[in-house]
Amino acid sequence: MKLRQKVEESIFKVLMILATYFILAVLGIIIYSIFEKGIKSLSWEMISQIPKGGYYYGKGGGILNAILGSLSLAFGSTVLAFIIGLPVALYINVFLIRKKKLVMLIRFLLDLVWGIPSIVYGAFGFSLMIMIGLQTSLLAGIITVTLFILPIMIRSMDEILRTVPIGLSEASYSLGSNKSETAFKIFTRQSISGIITAILLSFGRAIGDAASVLFTAGYTDNLPNSFLEPVATLPLSIFFQLASPVPEVQDRAYASALVLTLIILIVSLFSRGIGKRYHKTKINF
Amino acid sequence: MENQAKIKIQNLNVYAEKQQILKNINIEIPKNKITVILGPSGCGKTTLLKCMNRLTDLYPELKVSGKIIIENKNILEAGEDIYTLRQQMGLLSQRPYPLPMTIYNNIAYALKLRGVRGNRELHKQVVKYLKQGNLWDEVKNRMREPASRLSIGQQQRLCLARGLAVNPEIILADEPTSALDPISSQYIEEKFVELKKDYTIVLVTHILRQAKRIADHVVFMYLGEVIEQGEGKEVFENPKMEKTKLYLGGTFN
Repeated sequence: MKLRQKVEESIFKVLMILATYFILAVLGIIIYSIFEKGIKSLSWEMISQIPKGGYYYGKGGGILNAILGSLSLAFGSTVLAFIIGLPVALYINVFLIRKKKLVMLIRFLLDLVWGIPSIVYGAFGFSLMIMIGLQTSLLAGIITVTLFILPIMIRSMDEILRTVPIGLSEASYSLGSNKSETAFKIFTRQSISGIITAILLSFGRAIGDAASVLFTAGYTDNLPNSFLEPVATLPLSIFFQLASPVPEVQDRAYASALVLTLIILIVSLFSRGIGKRYHKTKINF
Repeated sequence: MENQAKIKIQNLNVYAEKQQILKNINIEIPKNKITVILGPSGCGKTTLLKCMNRLTDLYPELKVSGKIIIENKNILEAGEDIYTLRQQMGLLSQRPYPLPMTIYNNIAYALKLRGVRGNRELHKQVVKYLKQGNLWDEVKNRMREPASRLSIGQQQRLCLARGLAVNPEIILADEPTSALDPISSQYIEEKFVELKKDYTIVLVTHILRQAKRIADHVVFMYLGEVIEQGEGKEVFENPKMEKTKLYLGGTFN
């Protein structure tokens, strides 16, 4: 018995170590290849200029159009999704506490729409645009991406709000708080770091997705200057550059990927910092 | 005026799905006294306490029927303003649940709900209630620190101060010393004795010695039923029911 346990233990230990290092290695290779191929094309020109004529055939210019386009699109849709998503998550966890079946249904539906591929959101956004007479634009892109990231935003906040202990709700109600005070003042504070993670996750999905913006935000070599005009996005920019027959332009695609990765890294570090500041007040049970 | 009932509970029944948790409870809780609800774990003491400020609303599986009358109003009736009702009662739970904010704001939050306005007034009252909770000396230099940094005993005193800050008439305490060290426990007990001249106190406990020390009125419960109730001395010295005798004798817990 003892020997069996020992053997089992070592087999599983080896498997876990292998799996962990395998994943780390894959991750390392991806990041290394982006760096390796991208860093040599990354220049100040690349991140400070818009594409000049013939950029996709090796002429000068940069991808500022896509950087700013992606940032405004991802920022806009994350803010919008947060404004809609937080009340939904709070509603489920504070107001619907007595309606268990309804809550189960809502969670099930959200998980379902979470799994829908982004191209379907793109198609839906496109038909929505036709319906309301909106052209490919930043606004259309923001609306579509918001719909796409909403389930992610709501469910990740929901999962963290679920962990608020009932004793804390009781403490809040026993002081005479009503439900919205309990929701906005107690639940959000207790869950602040998880809420920030949810925002970050949604932002990452929003800035990294190509399919949902393909028909809705469109593409342009110009800087974003209006909600009603098309904007460029980094994923599509990477796609167009990779599709070029010129090797230098393909390298620029990796440089663009590097920029995208760095943006996510910066946003992530920044929000971790905020999360830490507020995490202190969280009560650990 | 002697033994005037503050809370009257009549024919209270609580069901959780198929199981009956409280069976036909009829008790009167006297004003400005410490009423101890005593009984072994799982006998429904906590549920009974939560009925009194309708925290039972938070548990979808609980069905409550009967009457709980406080100042001529049946608080179980639909349409009662439960938020105002709850402000008439301070709650001290089994383990402290400070709010996820600073020490100062834990008290200020309660005060603001009561309608206290203005920074100066708030500060004055925060200090007053922290002193009442016997916490002021320990926290006066760390008011802006998160309440989560306090020790469990300090947190429980903070919760007591916060409960008093809503200016209640009744204090509901659910085994408030079970997570505390002996010194903090003793403090809470002494505080209750001191507070009873202004407040009606309902204390749930399974600690017999604690009950003997501070109970004016005792309700002994077993398996969802009230077995015996009466004046503390009376019940402890001359229990009438067999089950009470056994429990007091330490035969079962």
